[in-house]
Parts: sequence; C-alpha cells; structure tokens
Amino acid sequence: MNEYKPVANSINPNRKRRKIIGASVYCIFLISTLVGIVGLGVLIFDVLDKGIPWLNWQFLTDYPSRKPEEAGLYSALIGTIWLMFMTALLTVPIGVGAAIYLEEYAPRNLLTKAIEINVSNLAGVPSIVYGLLGMALFVYYLGSSEQFLGRTLLAGALTLALLVLPIVIMASREAIRAVPDSYRQGAYAMGADKWQVIKGVVLPSALPGILTGTILAMSRAIGEAAPVIAISALVYMTFIPAHPMERFTVLPIQIYNWVARPQEEFRGLAAAGIIVLLAILLTMNAIAVVLRNKYQTRSEE
Amino acid sequence: MTALVRNTESVSIVFIVLGIFICGFVGCGNDTSNRSDSQKELTGTIEIDGSSTVYPISEAVAEEFNKLHPRVRVNVGVSGTGGGFKRFTVGETDISDASRPIKDPKETSVADENGIGYVKMRLGTDGLSVTVSPSNDFVECLTIQELNAIWKPDSKIYNWKDVRLGFPNLKIRLYGPDTDSGTFDYFTEEINGEAQVSRPDYTASADDNVLVQGISGDKGSLGYFGFAYYAENTDKLKLLSVDSGSGCVKPSLQTIPSGEYSPLSRPLFIYVNTDSYKRPEVKIFVDYYMEVGPGLTNEVGYVASSESTYADNKSRLSE
Repeated sequence: MNEYKPVANSINPNRKRRKIIGASVYCIFLISTLVGIVGLGVLIFDVLDKGIPWLNWQFLTDYPSRKPEEAGLYSALIGTIWLMFMTALLTVPIGVGAAIYLEEYAPRNLLTKAIEINVSNLAGVPSIVYGLLGMALFVYYLGSSEQFLGRTLLAGALTLALLVLPIVIMASREAIRAVPDSYRQGAYAMGADKWQVIKGVVLPSALPGILTGTILAMSRAIGEAAPVIAISALVYMTFIPAHPMERFTVLPIQIYNWVARPQEEFRGLAAAGIIVLLAILLTMNAIAVVLRNKYQTRSEE
Repeated sequence: MTALVRNTESVSIVFIVLGIFICGFVGCGNDTSNRSDSQKELTGTIEIDGSSTVYPISEAVAEEFNKLHPRVRVNVGVSGTGGGFKRFTVGETDISDASRPIKDPKETSVADENGIGYVKMRLGTDGLSVTVSPSNDFVECLTIQELNAIWKPDSKIYNWKDVRLGFPNLKIRLYGPDTDSGTFDYFTEEINGEAQVSRPDYTASADDNVLVQGISGDKGSLGYFGFAYYAENTDKLKLLSVDSGSGCVKPSLQTIPSGEYSPLSRPLFIYVNTDSYKRPEVKIFVDYYMEVGPGLTNEVGYVASSESTYADNKSRLSE
C-alpha cells in the first residue's frame, strides 16, 4: 500500500480540478436527460390543459362535426383500433416467420447477409415513402380493377404492415438469439427434430421478447399519420367500417384536420384527440410491460 | 414436459387475444345499425374530395344531410384542389371541392379520356387577406405593384424601407401557404402573373394557424391566407387594404362578394360528376347542397354567392 503513496500525492494538486470536472460532467448529463423529460412534461401539461375540458363520453362516441361542441372522433377511434389489429394479424406471422428463418434455418452466406442488411435499412425508411408505395401498389395497381382493394382498411393495414415488419423482424430475431444454445442442445439430445426444438423450446422462451417488440411496433403504426393520409385521404366519415374492405379514417388524420381549422375551439378538440391517442399508446406499452414481466418470471422458475 | 405445458399456454394466450380482437370487430359491426331507424329508403355512398378551403362547406352539408338520410355514407377528404381533380377526372369521386376552376387542358383532357362529364357549381367567394402584425403602425394599404415587387421570384426587397418611400427601416419577414395549397396558386397567379411562381425565401406552412401565429408576433411580418382565418383572429392581426388601381379596398363580407375587393377574391366551387348525379343519393345530396349551401357557406366563414347563382347552378344541373 505504502509504495503508492507518492503517486497519490502527486495527483493530489489536481484533485480539486478533477472534482469540478466530475461534478460538471454529472450536471451536463443530468441536464441532457432533463431536456427530454421536461420537454415531454411541458407537452403533456399543455395538451392536458387544453384538451381535458373537451374530453367526455360524447367526444368519444360522436362523429366529426363543424360545430366544436358536437364534434367527436368515433369514426377515427374505431378506424385506428381496426387498423391496429389488422396490421398485427398481418405482421406477426410474417415477421416472426422471417425471424425464425433468419435465426434458425438460414445458411450463413452472402444472400442471408444481404437480406439482414436490407431489413435493418428498411426500418429506417421514412414512413411517407411506405405510404406512397402503398398507394401506388395497393390502391392503384391492385385497386384499379373494380375496386378490389382501393382505399380500404385492408390496403391501409398492408401498408402499415410493410412499415413495421422490419421492426418486428429485428425484435423477434433479438429475442430468438437470446435463447441460450444449451436449451436447443438439450432438446436435440432428447431426440427432438428442428421444428420440435423451435416450437417447443425456442419460441416459448422468446415469446416475451417477440410480444414486446410487436406491441411497440403496433404503437408506432397507430401514431403514423403520413402513410395513412396517402392511403385513406378521408377526414369526414359518418360510419364505422364493418369489414376490412371498407373506407376508414384514423386518429392522426382527424387531429391534423382539427389543428388546421381557423376556429380556436378545434385546437381544444385536437388536444383532446391527442390525449385519446396517448392513452391508447400508453395502454399498449403497459400491456407490453405486463406481458414481458409475466413471462420472464415464469421462465425463470 | 414443462416445454409442452408452456407451449400450450402460449397458444391459449394467442387464442384469447384473437378472441378479444374478434369481439371488438363484432362490437363495431353492431353499432352501425343503431343509427339507422327512421329513414330506410335512401342508401349508398357519396365520395367527395378536394380543396381544404371548400372542405368545411362540404363537411357542413354532409353533416346536415346525414341527419335527414342517416344511411347514406358521405365521405369527405382533403387532398387539395389539384389532388381532388386527380381523383375526380378518373371517376374515383362523385364530387370535387375546388378553390379554382378545373385546368384546361391539363385536367380536362384526363376527364375527357375517361369519359367523365361534369357540371361546375359556384358556391361562394373567399377573399385572400393580406395581413401584418397589429404592432405595425405604418402600413394600411398596399398596391398590386408593391405586392408583386415583394413576392416576385427574384425580389430583392428585404426591408420595409424598400417597399415604399417613407416606410421605416425594418426587416420584412414573409409568411404564406405552402406550394400545395390552392391559396398559393391563386395568390401567385393574381400577383405574380403565373401560378406557382413566388420568391422562395418565405415561411411556408400548410397550416394557416402557424402563419397567423408567425405574423401576429413579428412587427416586420407580412403574409396572406383565406379570409376565414383573419375573421377568427381579428385581435391578433391587422388587415391591409389592397389597391388594384381604383383605390384601397379592404376585404369584408360586403366587398368580397360585390367584386370590389379585386383581384384577390377567389371563387369556390364544387364539380359534380354527371353520371354520378343520375344515382338517386347523389342527386338528392347535390340538390340539398344547393338548397342549404348559401347559409352554410356563410356559417363556416366564406361569402355565399347570390340566390341567382344557385338557381343557375340548379338549372344547369337539370339539363
């Protein structure tokens, strides 16, 4: 111990400076963190302040109106829920399937590598690009012959599915990769074949991760306005879609329209719409957290 | 064994989740039928799209119409005048909202190719309002030449003192609608002589409320947008008169329809597809539109055309 003392002493003169640097670095990082939180706090406060007076049961169950006190977002709300579930139904099988293939089956070669790079690049493509792709492909190309697809819920869900697929694939791959190899080897040692190993061991262990990733991807999908505006182009609707081949509108479009109105009251309605959208997003994220916690504790047992 | 148990559990969870989805869907399906009890005869779908300026009128008419005929679905979109005509000229929509006449031959040729016949109906007039901040105390009126000097593509005016002799040394900051807007088309055509031609260094926004905020808080500001946005924000803006050679005229509910406020008054239309008009729900809707149009046009902040214009619309439609 003693032989180090001289060294420690020689550093001593700088101690004060180092302490100051240490403290200021701490402050800088703390402020960086706070910027985000304070920004979010101000935003939420502002939205709640403006929106809460407008938020009531009638707001949720009425159709849009030119009179602010009679306006509601029923058609947009139901459209959002429809779109979310249909997107999930389309995305989960394809996304998880692709992830299983890439992680468990795909040979390590150039083609696989190219696919992997492509998938991660696609996750960064701006959403409006998907919207225009969806409009060209689903609405005009597949929809032109007697409205096979057209501007329907299905076309919207297909577009959003394209948008979130890369996210689901990447999340599912992470989850599958995190399953320890010893599990697989154990199952193989018991005589299971590849599909049995995936079905009985890999997927159940990876499920919490897959679910979390999927739900977070769905939250992203329902907050998107740009691609859905390109597909739906609708604001005023006084019915709710009864099947996937009907027209639709969603919350972000309705909010966007209200914000752009000249009358001040519509800004309050927009704020109330944002609260509803936030409530849906937070509920979904909460479900993701609960599911993950539930399955994680179980697999540790 | 545990793997198997876990597996079946996860499968059952998936089914439960699926069940919730389906319940949700069925729940949605039931609600539609609740709204339709009184009038069962008239059904169908009417597709409207186009100008965001005309949108509030069509929305208001659709809303009132739905109270009488709840089973008719009236869908109103806002793709802009140009975007609306794109859909209208291929037969995708029954009615197109427009804040300018259809372009000849660019848009009319597409309609001809697809065999789309249509009737133009005048609804009313919107006065493009040129505004400054209320703290601006030196401008009351600008001439068309001055506006052109400020807004032309190669304009070198960066300061109010260059606009007119006697104006103070104050940096000028410009606000206007973005290039997708029909308002931008109309203003540039009237002021700069050609649609879509404008100096690029101004604050552009698709949301007119952003323009109102910007102009209101900036002493050196100058901007333009539809009259409805001024009417809702009279306390935050100062409205300028425009002189087109015969004196300064301020846009108002009197000067806009009379034609005195020229050339920045622009017409508002709907275009009706003549084939669609043969469908009973469209016919009843358009007839209703012509009946309540004047009142609702005024209600949402524009100036409705005279009774005779509406009567003329109706007669042309019946031909």
